[in-house]
Amino acid sequence: MNQQFLVFLKALLGSCKDLLPIILVIAFFQFAVLQQPMPNIGDILVGLALVVLGLTFFIYGLEMGLFPIGESMAQAFAKKGSISWLLTFAFCLGFGTTVAEPSLIAVAKEAASVAASGGMISDTLESQLSYANGLRFTVAFAVGLAIVIGVLRIIRGWPIQYLILGGYVFVVLMTMIAPSWIIGIAYDSGGVTTSTITVPLVTALGVGLASAIKGRNPMIDGFGLIAFASLTPMIFVMIYGMVLS
Amino acid sequence: MDLFVEFLATLKNTVVDVLPILSIILGFQLLVIRKPIPHIKQVGFGFIYVLIGLALFLLGLEKALFPLGKMMAEQLTAPEFIHPGEQILTVIRWSDYTWVYIFAAAIGFSTTIAEPSLIAVAIKAEEVSGGAINANSLRISVAIGVAIGIALGSFRIVAGHPIHYYIISGYIIVVIQTFFCPKLIVPLAYDSGGVTTSTVTVPLVAALGLGLASTIPGRSPLIDGFGLIAFASLCPIIAVMAYAQITQAKAHHIERSAVKRKRRKVNKLNLIQKKQEQINSSQQNKQDR
Repeated sequence: MNQQFLVFLKALLGSCKDLLPIILVIAFFQFAVLQQPMPNIGDILVGLALVVLGLTFFIYGLEMGLFPIGESMAQAFAKKGSISWLLTFAFCLGFGTTVAEPSLIAVAKEAASVAASGGMISDTLESQLSYANGLRFTVAFAVGLAIVIGVLRIIRGWPIQYLILGGYVFVVLMTMIAPSWIIGIAYDSGGVTTSTITVPLVTALGVGLASAIKGRNPMIDGFGLIAFASLTPMIFVMIYGMVLS
Repeated sequence: MDLFVEFLATLKNTVVDVLPILSIILGFQLLVIRKPIPHIKQVGFGFIYVLIGLALFLLGLEKALFPLGKMMAEQLTAPEFIHPGEQILTVIRWSDYTWVYIFAAAIGFSTTIAEPSLIAVAIKAEEVSGGAINANSLRISVAIGVAIGIALGSFRIVAGHPIHYYIISGYIIVVIQTFFCPKLIVPLAYDSGGVTTSTVTVPLVAALGLGLASTIPGRSPLIDGFGLIAFASLCPIIAVMAYAQITQAKAHHIERSAVKRKRRKVNKLNLIQKKQEQINSSQQNKQDR
């Protein structure tokens, strides 16, 4: 129990550290540059406390439950040898972790309210929810696919540059035909997807796989999965925008 | 009390959000691996914590991070702040919004330098390169990359340029760098783009962009509001490769100057030897006489 508490404290400290630079920068600008008292400071302090507490519980829970099981599964599948199961697992891992990604949930909701006030979708709660969920599942599908491609790359030993450059060309081509209101959010979705849950689990899969296969360097071949995961969502969100309009 | 009701509503949504990952793990464990889940009690509790944590975080996001980002955008673009005592101008000049760019860069730099996943990646990179890449310098170069990225992104929102011109030129730079960069760093550099934008930074930066787009006259949140995160994930790729190139160039320079020094040393030695020989021979000549 005591040790559990220590782990919890460590998580608390970690989330405080995450937030500290933001608080410092904002406080500096508020008081030194703008030289004005903070508007509704009470609400914001309560909110910040909730963010710290929430992030702490979230990461603590991940380290207690999801990470060990996810990592052991990733390694088990990497060593098992059945490529079709490995690829299925890779897809599900990418999909599942992205769907639960907090910042994606938040940004998708915000994007829905912006799209509604911009008149791209009807201004009801229901259509906003369906747009936000559509966005999330599109991104999750794209990340799942990205992890599959990344795993195939590690198995076959393809050089990463060509795949990424090919992806860039795809992004550029899609940009020309996608509606202009989806482009911003589509470009953003690449960076949004890869944070708290996805990065550790996906890295575990990549490094586990690269060390299980002979002739692969875990450091060179283990990296690169995240790069795919931040590229494919752009393409798929643009497709989603085209389908909607 | 209101807060508690809100929390329960968020919690209900969160359960739905997290359901897919739960079913995936259970499905694979029970149907494919066919073994009971190890430490099931611990995993169960962990899951409950994840749910509570996610709900609290999302609630706090609505209450603090989104409003903060928008508020800073509104305050820094307010006409009273930019032109105290002047009439409100109808023409927007991008140079009026200097504080916005500085704020954007400061947020980008400070959040990136403290980002735990970046620290982990930097340490790994130092190991891979056998010390040629310094973990701290790598972190600083990524942070500078993010700072420039977000500042450039806010400039784009102010100026109202279409985002794809910027991103596509960024891609072209990445492509060119890829050819000249040490091969070892390439996957790492590509990854660093996604790694740098953390769970706390993303909502704040997104809110900053939306806030800017809705307060600056003539900009629409729908077209101009998004895109800051895209800049924040593209610029670190360029920064990391640039860092690797600079280190490589430096190493070459040191090597080359070492060779030069050696050559000079050898020349000097040769000269000394020659002189010695001359002296010797002249002495011998004297003795002969």
